[in-house]
Amino acid sequence: MKVYPIEENCISCRYCEVACTMVHSASKDPVKAYKLEGLLPRATVEVKGAVSLSLMCRHCKHPFCFDSCISGAIQVGEDGKVYLDEERCVGCWNCVLVCPFGAAHPFISDNEKKRHSFKCDLCGDRGFPACVEACPNRALVYDFER
Amino acid sequence: MLFKKPQVAFYPFMVLRDDYKCVRCKSCVDQCSFDATYYDEDLNMIMNHHENCVNCKRCEAFCPTDAIKVVKNPSTFHPDANWTPEAIRDIHVQMLTGAIILTSTGNDKPIRNYFDHLLLDACQVTNPPIDPLREPMELKTFIGRKTDALEFDPDGVSIKTTIGKQLELEIPVLFSAMSYGSINLNLQKAMARAAKEFGTYWNTGEGGLHRDLREYKECTIVQVASGRFGVDLEYLETSAAIEIKIGQGAKPGIGGHLPGEKVNEGIAQTRMIPVGSDAISPAPHHDIYSIEDLRQLIYALKEATNYEKPVFVKIAAVHNVAAIACGIAHAGADAVVIDGVRGGTGATPKSLRDHVGIPIELAIAAVDDRLRKEGLRNQVSLIAAGGFRSAVDVLKAVALGADAVYIGTVAKLAAGCTQCQQCHTGRCAWGITTNDPRLAKRLNPDIVAENLYNLLRAWAHDIKELLGAMGINAIESIRGNRLRLRSWGLTEQENKILGVLPAGM
Repeated sequence: MKVYPIEENCISCRYCEVACTMVHSASKDPVKAYKLEGLLPRATVEVKGAVSLSLMCRHCKHPFCFDSCISGAIQVGEDGKVYLDEERCVGCWNCVLVCPFGAAHPFISDNEKKRHSFKCDLCGDRGFPACVEACPNRALVYDFER
Repeated sequence: MLFKKPQVAFYPFMVLRDDYKCVRCKSCVDQCSFDATYYDEDLNMIMNHHENCVNCKRCEAFCPTDAIKVVKNPSTFHPDANWTPEAIRDIHVQMLTGAIILTSTGNDKPIRNYFDHLLLDACQVTNPPIDPLREPMELKTFIGRKTDALEFDPDGVSIKTTIGKQLELEIPVLFSAMSYGSINLNLQKAMARAAKEFGTYWNTGEGGLHRDLREYKECTIVQVASGRFGVDLEYLETSAAIEIKIGQGAKPGIGGHLPGEKVNEGIAQTRMIPVGSDAISPAPHHDIYSIEDLRQLIYALKEATNYEKPVFVKIAAVHNVAAIACGIAHAGADAVVIDGVRGGTGATPKSLRDHVGIPIELAIAAVDDRLRKEGLRNQVSLIAAGGFRSAVDVLKAVALGADAVYIGTVAKLAAGCTQCQQCHTGRCAWGITTNDPRLAKRLNPDIVAENLYNLLRAWAHDIKELLGAMGINAIESIRGNRLRLRSWGLTEQENKILGVLPAGM
């Protein structure tokens, strides 16, 4: 299963971005997530004129990021989801470069001690993607392979 | 303000932002369609052009951290009962532009709302109320010409009389005319779906019927207005009823003007005009200058559709509305639609919106009275429009004598509208009164159709509860039953026009 954006319904409100940042934060507070924890969203809204859509990891069947990963941080699970182990990641940015969707992002902490890439994990233990739940115009659906 | 006329600084609204809560997600920047919000990269701050803010509250609604509040500008003019800020700003606008002031939605002046001065009856002891959750209640309403009398077969059981085509409503509420152009297709789609699902009707307005909506034929009322946009035989036939629009409550006596820049491919095709050309509805129908002329059009439409469609005539409630409504009944219409002074619109001169017409409550009472006196009441249904806010207003209107009620503003509100009065700009931030593809997609027809259905369902429940309290189990029994109404705080003359007794009598 993965998150599918519905371009015709996306109103570029960025709820998906903020919801994503919030649920991935330690504080579970959107303001603290951005301002104290310095987190960034894993889903990003792309806007060009009337076209807009929320973009996040496509959990590809044959992921380029997996092929390019030098540390083995990126793995394809048996459930078909692409996992990125942030602890194992060395921050070479190969995945950031090769992802055709621009869905893998680099993270460097303020003190530059932490360095790893990050991407949509379909909200892991949460069970249901926060972006889909937050979307006010039904522009995101969590569904099986189409 | 630099490079601006000094009067621009006296803007009415301000955007307040709690900078601590703002996470710079820029949602507000994207949502604002009036250029009132922008992001300054050097300062890493969201900034505002307050003078452009129209108080549509889109940014407020879509701020994920609740950091924004749109407020009235605390800087006001010197308090003056005559020279209100609105009066002063209107002078400023006109002295700078030399133009009439355009606005939209309905009359926002404190004209007495008679619904607020009417009280409903309830049963106590001698005439028991009905519990609508336990006993069947009927809101079914039929719109169309009724017979003068019933004739029976010699067996005394079967009815010989035949009756013309009727519109069957599950609730005495219909969606009023809002044209494709003034609103976008998404809202029309939502209204059509909700109407079909609930068992009522929606109205195309004067802008024709888009191909995609022809499947909703059974619940569509098509309008024929002075511009005759999109009218052909197929259009007339793809309907449950036809409405001739003579006037509109928000702008009685004037026509309409959809500017050419708004006429895109879809609108052009539906209205049957070239892309980019102004769509002008003349003030009069150039073929109607008398009741006899109106009769000709009514029968031309009936003839064209093989007498299968009821024909409505819609007029604005003006001073001698009762006499005009009688004329319409004589002309052969199946229903008279009256649009009161609080009726809404997509664009109108402010002076007309606020000062022309009469309240719908008085118009319903006057028209119902006059039609009864002339023995015409059974020949036409009476549909009221303009300013209905709740199920209670609907019930009071029915008690005053209306058969059904048109709701337009309510449908818009259910789609997200915040009544910011900017429909005429075509920049509606809620994606309702705009055809800009970036904005129109904000209105998801699936969601709005559900909202509208919920609203009708809630109103039906409300009306049933009120009827039950009155000991009535069918809306038919309250129709024109002004004995179940009492007024408070009205003059004797007003009570006489409304045909109601003051509370206590």
